[in-house]
Amino acid sequence: MEIRTPSELAMETVLSVQEYTILSWEAVLNIFRKPRYLADTLLQADSIGVGSLPVVVLAGLSIGAVLALQSSNTLQRFGSLSLTGQLVSLSMVRELGAVISGLMVAGRNASGIASELGTMKVTEQIDAMRALGTDPLKKLVTPRVLAATIMLFFLTIIADLVGLAGGWLVSRFALGLDSNQYWTTAWQSLEFPDVFMGLTKPLLFGFIIATVGCYYGVTAKGGTQGVGRATTQAMVSSSVMILMVDFFYTKLLMTLMHVH
Amino acid sequence: MGTVLATPETAPNTPPSDEKTIVFDRVSIAFEERAVLDSISFELRRGETKMLLGILGSGKTTILKLALGLIKPDSGDIYVLGEHVNEMSEDQLFELRRKMGMVFQESALFDSLTVRENVAFRLIEEGRPAEEIERRVREALQFVELENTIDQFPGELSGGMKRRVGIARAIIDRPEVLLYDSPTAGLDPVTSTTIIELLVKQRDVYHTSALMTTHRLPDTLMMATHYFNEKENKMLQLPKNNSVDARTTFLLLKDAKVIFDGTVEELAASRDEYIREYFA
Ligand SMILES: Nc1ncnc2c1ncn2[C@@H]1O[C@H](COP(=O)(O)OP(=O)(O)O)[C@@H](O)[C@H]1O
Ligand SMILES: [Mg+2]
Repeated sequence: MEIRTPSELAMETVLSVQEYTILSWEAVLNIFRKPRYLADTLLQADSIGVGSLPVVVLAGLSIGAVLALQSSNTLQRFGSLSLTGQLVSLSMVRELGAVISGLMVAGRNASGIASELGTMKVTEQIDAMRALGTDPLKKLVTPRVLAATIMLFFLTIIADLVGLAGGWLVSRFALGLDSNQYWTTAWQSLEFPDVFMGLTKPLLFGFIIATVGCYYGVTAKGGTQGVGRATTQAMVSSSVMILMVDFFYTKLLMTLMHVH
Repeated sequence: MGTVLATPETAPNTPPSDEKTIVFDRVSIAFEERAVLDSISFELRRGETKMLLGILGSGKTTILKLALGLIKPDSGDIYVLGEHVNEMSEDQLFELRRKMGMVFQESALFDSLTVRENVAFRLIEEGRPAEEIERRVREALQFVELENTIDQFPGELSGGMKRRVGIARAIIDRPEVLLYDSPTAGLDPVTSTTIIELLVKQRDVYHTSALMTTHRLPDTLMMATHYFNEKENKMLQLPKNNSVDARTTFLLLKDAKVIFDGTVEELAASRDEYIREYFA
């Protein structure tokens, strides 16, 4: 292990952030540039979207059910058990649907992307692509960024819906609440700012997952070991970034849209 | 020019033309503060095949990557086919690289694509018509004698076969300059010979300018003392009175410097101790 001084470490961090920012920015600009790789994008959409569907459904269902169970305890003390639908719905849509899907896809795909691109990097396939006149940012990065951003949006909608269903299952069969009442309060409590917040978050999270995965992939070095390192780091960094961005974005929207 | 040549059409003793395809002018590059190339200069003329020799880590691969513009030098100038490589943007470089082909040391084939898609990669990216692509892929695979692997994936091929697919991928669009990175490294002697035969064939049939890195001396000597006979479709030794190919030259790197750059005869005449030892 080399020993680095704190200033060298700080320098490296600044350079990494800079490199990451350039990569993300180029990935976005490439959406508007030719050539476009539609087939590659669809392939990625399939791998990210369809591939992550089972785990997102399972996670959403459990979280919705647990929410209903946990909140019933508190609500009962205030004699307002009938608000379970509202609580599950607001929590899922504003927050948990996006964060849970984001973290699941980060675990599955940020690491998957980093290991795939990292392997291509250390075996010189990325250099070979450039040598053959093709821009790896256009062919490899942009399709993944587009696919992750769009697919996480839909996965989040699905997570929200199955979360609500999970909450309903618990309300109906464990708490003995009226189904009609559950769905009515769940539905009526949602306002535009809630839905807006809940559906813009997955766009940010999807973008983070793909750009972080790609960044660690294309900067991997040092053989198979390096790829392993890149894979873990991509998962950890993208999860942490999702949670941090979630906090600040929520705060920002609450201020801007006067949500309480 | 020699008069009694076994193969007048390939004329092994014709020196390369004066036109320069690659020029390195006082090029330096360091990695992590260690100088890998220190102000090196050399030229590759049209039709010339230059062997880059040196121990592991001496900067041979780095020279090829610099020529392709995959990495930028810290200082100095690099010209390829008249273009100022180190001043070009990545987009301009993509254009230039269409006239160049590189064979990577570990082949660097795309794992997720078939042999056909690997070899055709460049043409598919350029959106050429499907029939042209199929015809050119078969031609290129015929050249490396691997037509039967067209539908296989790289994972199913041996090291030597991968190297040959890598050559087919590099030559498919008839590049003007070829860069071979240790094309025989890690191969057994028999497989190495088949690879060298392909390089000699490419040199003598298409007269492509080439840089080739290697640390295997027998390979370089074989390249210098053999020619490709198109009638018999095989590599043969040059006749005794005419025993070296004038278009095959040698460049030796040591301690980030070029310590020799010249022909086999000049090499044989060298008095430098390291050079004599290296080629002993
Ligand atoms: N991208 C890079 N980052 C850091 N060091 C590098 C990089 N590329 C090459 N090097 C170093 O430069 C030296 C020369 O490498 P290379 O050109 O691959 O040598 P050769 O091909 O002659 O074996 C080696 O010490 C290698 O570790
Ligand atoms: Mg090398």
